[in-house]
Amino acid sequence: MNHEELLKQRFGEGSFTTSGFRDNRRIVVAADKLFDVLKCLKEDAGYDMLADITAVDYLKYPDARDRFGVIHALLNTTTGERLYVKTFLNEPDLDVPSVFSLWKGADWMEREVYDLYGIVFTGHPDLRRILLPEEFTAHPMRKDYPLRGRGERHNFPVITRAES
Amino acid sequence: MPLELLQAGTADQEYLWTLNFGPQHPATHTTLRLVLTLDGEKIVKAVPDIGYLHSGFEKLGEDLDFNQYVTIVDRMNYISPIANEIAWHHAVEKLMGIELTPRCRYLRTILAELARISDHLLCVGAAALDLGAFTAFLYGFYQRELLYDIYETAAGQRFHPSSTRVGGLLFDVNDVFVKKVRDFVKNFPKTHADIVRLLNRNRIFIERTQGIGVLSKEEAINLSCTGPIARASGVVRDLRKDEPYLAYKDFEFKVICARAGDCLARYLVRMDEMLQSLGIIHQAIENLPAGPVNVDVEGKDVLPDQQSIYRSIESLIQHFELHMPNRQWQPPVDEVYAATESPNGELGFYVVSDGSGVAYRARTRPPSFIHFAIFPYLIVGHQISDVVAVLGSLNIIAAELDR
Repeated sequence: MNHEELLKQRFGEGSFTTSGFRDNRRIVVAADKLFDVLKCLKEDAGYDMLADITAVDYLKYPDARDRFGVIHALLNTTTGERLYVKTFLNEPDLDVPSVFSLWKGADWMEREVYDLYGIVFTGHPDLRRILLPEEFTAHPMRKDYPLRGRGERHNFPVITRAES
Repeated sequence: MPLELLQAGTADQEYLWTLNFGPQHPATHTTLRLVLTLDGEKIVKAVPDIGYLHSGFEKLGEDLDFNQYVTIVDRMNYISPIANEIAWHHAVEKLMGIELTPRCRYLRTILAELARISDHLLCVGAAALDLGAFTAFLYGFYQRELLYDIYETAAGQRFHPSSTRVGGLLFDVNDVFVKKVRDFVKNFPKTHADIVRLLNRNRIFIERTQGIGVLSKEEAINLSCTGPIARASGVVRDLRKDEPYLAYKDFEFKVICARAGDCLARYLVRMDEMLQSLGIIHQAIENLPAGPVNVDVEGKDVLPDQQSIYRSIESLIQHFELHMPNRQWQPPVDEVYAATESPNGELGFYVVSDGSGVAYRARTRPPSFIHFAIFPYLIVGHQISDVVAVLGSLNIIAAELDR
């Protein structure tokens, strides 16, 4: 059974929409159903590897209705099929369920998305910044963050030898 | 890093102590840091701390156009830069729906496989160096110099060739390139055999790698491992076979796999992959198709070469159009993920386009980042001297790790 029929059977006809471009197949689901959909795809449709988690900020995108998109790229290692599960988020509810309990590989990917976009993965065991320093306050991959930063580099605290 | 992670044990585990490994340490090779919790010499917990080289590559990808960004992706995995370039333009060309010319596909395949050999030589050499076998490292680096010479002949730059362009390559290659590649194909097996003789039956090397850092097949899939690391654990997956891109369909080669999943298996997989790559290069260079290297200028997506810019008005206009920020390419307003089998594993780009010549979002799926995340799982329970063995077998490139 292919994944579309399976999801239709499990979650109902209107619970997701599909789209595609080139050979990419995408499904879009609501954030509250995301975990169940991914779990179903992993356990019953054979998508056993999580290839990637990423996010896109659609603030300046033409004709965009939602602010953020979170994309889970799945891979079936037996058949080689790929599937992209997408969820749209809007401020102030920037939280999606963590999939760490399904794939341990999601650990650092979710931390990176949290670090760069400020999207909170609820249920992640250790959600803290990964690439940027702890005391950083902004989420720099958002489109409203300037390319050259907000002066963090120039105002970085310098620790002298005497203070350390 | 939060303070509680730096404190080794609780009150009843006072005997545990913390060791800070890196960010400046000769055996990390690049800038990465590990906070190890030790029970004697045994590792109880390892917490990697990364981000020292974070320089916002993905943010820059939203500012530079499709051709300019190639200079940035070059600097991600600087051990095999051309593999990154090919992956980037593979994604961009998939977005725009550009079909490459046969000559370009063959040339990119040759360059990608040379990059694979270069990457594996460094990984194997550095892993051997950390375990005390200096000679293998030197043998490997001599061959890497020859590879740099080949890149220089092909693109005019040794270290960061920045050679791919949308729809083709910066320069077509000449006879010197073909001769150098043929010489390399002829002479490399001798060095390879030397390294094999130095290491494969070397008792110290084997005892320090066999059974160390074992990754099972299930774990490898669950932890999103790809490339030689997954194949050493028995995951039979290679994008060159499973999702053939460039000219890989035309060549005969084997996917090298192992079952053991330890550091030795990862070393052996890399060693054998080099020979397979050499076979691909040999088949490609002997059957190199003639014809143009770039897609036809009429397609409006590719930069015309320098000579024709001076000689024909169409090329001059095309050159102007692609360099003006308000004109440039007009890709479809959509998003696409495309991946290639880079030496380290699946290197993919998720490109979101808003219809302009600059990517709206250029996400990299960096294999080093995903492979370093598995390090704490591999090292726990081993001795402190095994840290360098496991790190060496994972081939972590910090510039790609932090981007």
